[in-house]
Amino acid sequence: MVQSKLTDSAPNEEMIIATQLAKGQREISVGEFFAKNRHLLGFDNKKKALLTVVKEAVDNSLDACEEARILPEIIVEIIDMGNERYRIIVEDNGPGIVKKQVPRIFAKLLYGSKFHKLRMSRGQQGIGISAAVMYGQLTTGRPAKILTKIHSSKPAYACELKIDTHKNEPEIGSDEEKEWNKEHGTRVEIDIEATYLKGSQSVDEYLKQTAITNPHATIIYTNPKAEQVIFARVANELPKLPTEIQPHLYGVELGVLMDMLKRTESRTLQAFLTSEFTRVGAGTAKQICENAALLQSMKPREITRELAEKLMEGVKKTRLIAPPTDCLSPIGAEQLESGLKKEVGAEFYCSTTRPPAIYRGYPFIIEAALAYGGQQSAEEQAHILRYANRVPLLYQQSACASFKSITQTAWRNYGISQPQNALPVGQLTIVLHIASVWVPFTSESKEAIAHYPEIIKEMKLALQDCGRKLAMYVHKKARIKDAQERANIFERYIPEVADSLAQLSGEKKENIQEALLKMLSKPEIQAQVAMPPEEDIYKLDTRQEEQDE
Amino acid sequence: MNKTKEKLAELGSSIIAGVKKGKQPRIEIPVRALSNVVYNEKTKTLELGNKTAERLFFNVGHTKKFVQTIEVAKVAKQLLDLEKHASLRDVFYMAKRTLPGTNINLVDEQTESDKAIEDLELITDFSREQLNINANKNGSVAGHVMIEDKGDTIDWSKLGSGGWSIPSNVEEIKFRKVDAKYIIYMEKAAVWERLHEDKFWDKYSCIIMSSQGQTTRGIRRLLQRLNQEHTLPVYVLADFDPYGFYIYSVLKFGSINLAHISERQALPEAKFLGITADDIEKYGLKKHFITLKDVDISRLKQIADYDWFKKNKLWQRQFKMMKDFGSKAEIQALSARGITFISDTYLPEKIKNKDWIE
Repeated sequence: MVQSKLTDSAPNEEMIIATQLAKGQREISVGEFFAKNRHLLGFDNKKKALLTVVKEAVDNSLDACEEARILPEIIVEIIDMGNERYRIIVEDNGPGIVKKQVPRIFAKLLYGSKFHKLRMSRGQQGIGISAAVMYGQLTTGRPAKILTKIHSSKPAYACELKIDTHKNEPEIGSDEEKEWNKEHGTRVEIDIEATYLKGSQSVDEYLKQTAITNPHATIIYTNPKAEQVIFARVANELPKLPTEIQPHLYGVELGVLMDMLKRTESRTLQAFLTSEFTRVGAGTAKQICENAALLQSMKPREITRELAEKLMEGVKKTRLIAPPTDCLSPIGAEQLESGLKKEVGAEFYCSTTRPPAIYRGYPFIIEAALAYGGQQSAEEQAHILRYANRVPLLYQQSACASFKSITQTAWRNYGISQPQNALPVGQLTIVLHIASVWVPFTSESKEAIAHYPEIIKEMKLALQDCGRKLAMYVHKKARIKDAQERANIFERYIPEVADSLAQLSGEKKENIQEALLKMLSKPEIQAQVAMPPEEDIYKLDTRQEEQDE
Repeated sequence: MNKTKEKLAELGSSIIAGVKKGKQPRIEIPVRALSNVVYNEKTKTLELGNKTAERLFFNVGHTKKFVQTIEVAKVAKQLLDLEKHASLRDVFYMAKRTLPGTNINLVDEQTESDKAIEDLELITDFSREQLNINANKNGSVAGHVMIEDKGDTIDWSKLGSGGWSIPSNVEEIKFRKVDAKYIIYMEKAAVWERLHEDKFWDKYSCIIMSSQGQTTRGIRRLLQRLNQEHTLPVYVLADFDPYGFYIYSVLKFGSINLAHISERQALPEAKFLGITADDIEKYGLKKHFITLKDVDISRLKQIADYDWFKKNKLWQRQFKMMKDFGSKAEIQALSARGITFISDTYLPEKIKNKDWIE
């Protein structure tokens, strides 16, 4: 039937299938897309949703405070409203937000200051907090409440916000100027449907881990059971403010390059290369153009797809200096260790910060720390704390580059037991932190770091460095324990051997025991105690000998 | 019996005498390892060399083993005093306990007490059976033989399908009547059952004996007694694989681990009947080959290097042929030629033609 219609010579418009299909084809709004694909942004289930909302709000607060050079003081409160509904309140002492920007920051997806910049920050896409607002709106129908103040001399601004999910535009419910007894800061209040649980992927754990990598922040947290925890500041210095860098040519893809060529204000190819990219001077630009067989004076807009491809080839043939690394702000070995000491009770701590390295043209730094012994369980797998730009990663541990690097490290060399291709087992906490202008996550919910060989290599080097320090401690501890045990071993066995000898010979047990105990104080036997045990005299070299029953 | 008790008491007293003179407790034990095993060309058995090791109580590396050795000596003395026998497993439990106030066990696994018992045999020069310690019984025998065991008279030809199971201690057994021309010992219980069902021992007037896998001490001693007291030749039937060769080696020369009791165990006259490399060709068993694994190959090399095989051209030829085949074969491969092929054709032919290797 369809075929006969298609072969008709003069078809009715209505009868063409494509026309009919076109009726169902329309733009999909970001909001609708999110509503259907919430798992992509970390809202897979009710438990995770609670964590994601807190995480987005706290990340933003910390970023804002650091950018404004204010020591962060963050109050997090979760109130159980009953019926699986929770109110999340996050308040900071940051710089506040100007009135005009408030609706778009909180109620427009993909709006923000961080996406276009190549600078190390917690948030990257500008999707987080507005997604949280939308999730609240979808599950409870309630708007988010924002209160913000930018200076002690000005009044605070309060408003209720919703997102028009079709247009991806903010809808302001009510707004007013208000008194707020605070110099400056922002307070976000979102109601969502959620479940509160404790454990390794809980809000409690997230904040505890956040405190480890942000020793300069104070976080006061009240959980739904009205229990309050204060993660106090232990470092009074703010981390160095990371600087923004331009992209590096080695990390640029063809499509991006073409787009940049189209939008640039530069008049020549040479000017384009030197002004839009890092580490390209006049000399390098000339070399790239020569390698690509393109004229330096070409107009960027005239570069076609084919020519852009030639340009990429030219870039590959040219040796470029690695991007600058002062744009990164690592936590610092000392600070990381003090953060870890504060939250994990152990006997031994060590940490290391690797020199900067590069993947796909993006600079990054790996930091690692270990906490060993103390009250940690000896039978369980080591506790892994993963961070990207100081943000704890709680989900998808085994999909993460850090997991791979930990399992590939030979922990047995450092005195820690480890089943093959698995996590080490013992009283150990392992911290791995990647600081980068662009952290390669495996998905938008930012849970696992992609397996770039350069990143895994750096992580392993950092772990090995820490491992060597740990080994010295573990071995020293083992030596001391060994000496103690050796001192005791004779005393423990004397009654046993005296008893057996007495039964064999008929001599009195007491006499034998006494004689042996007397012998114990002899200097040559005391020397035995201090000496390492001899190789066992009794090694049979005939393993497959008969098992004579 | 009294001599064993005396020897154990002497072990205790000599240590105590040393302690009284200010010497720390010590025991001297011959080293049981390939490095201290000598092949005696005259007796054609393995003997323990002169290397000894001292075990000291006040030496952190020795303490535990020293105490274990003294402990099993004590257990053996108790058994002898009570005139009771115990199994290796019993001895393990009699010695096993936790030291007060620690989590240290005197013995953790049975292999530890077993080793200590073997050491005690070396120290006292008495076998563990003489120390009233027995292993599990294992193995079957059938044939026209009448024996007396603990007052019971047993006829090996009238014990149904299972045959007589061989105890671990055969020292006290008396042979009343032995009507057989030779003994066939095989490593596979399944092959024994085949021959038994076919009444092979009746047809050819012989004794058939088997164990499952390694030959136990009881079986070896029984073979030796029949061989020495009734001059019966012993023919060994084993798989064509390095392990089968090793079973033959242990039977004939003694084992490395128990070289100290070789004289009571070895059968210098034992002959290897099959399966040989030539049988493989003659009876067309190649299609039942199993490929040698890496462990087999290294084991084969090890066996070929033993002093007692090194100069034996016949054996070296077998080893080389196995290596060239790259394969091994089981006795049961003969069943492919017919279920009674082994008893009707293979064994009679082999024995008639004196087709064996020594």
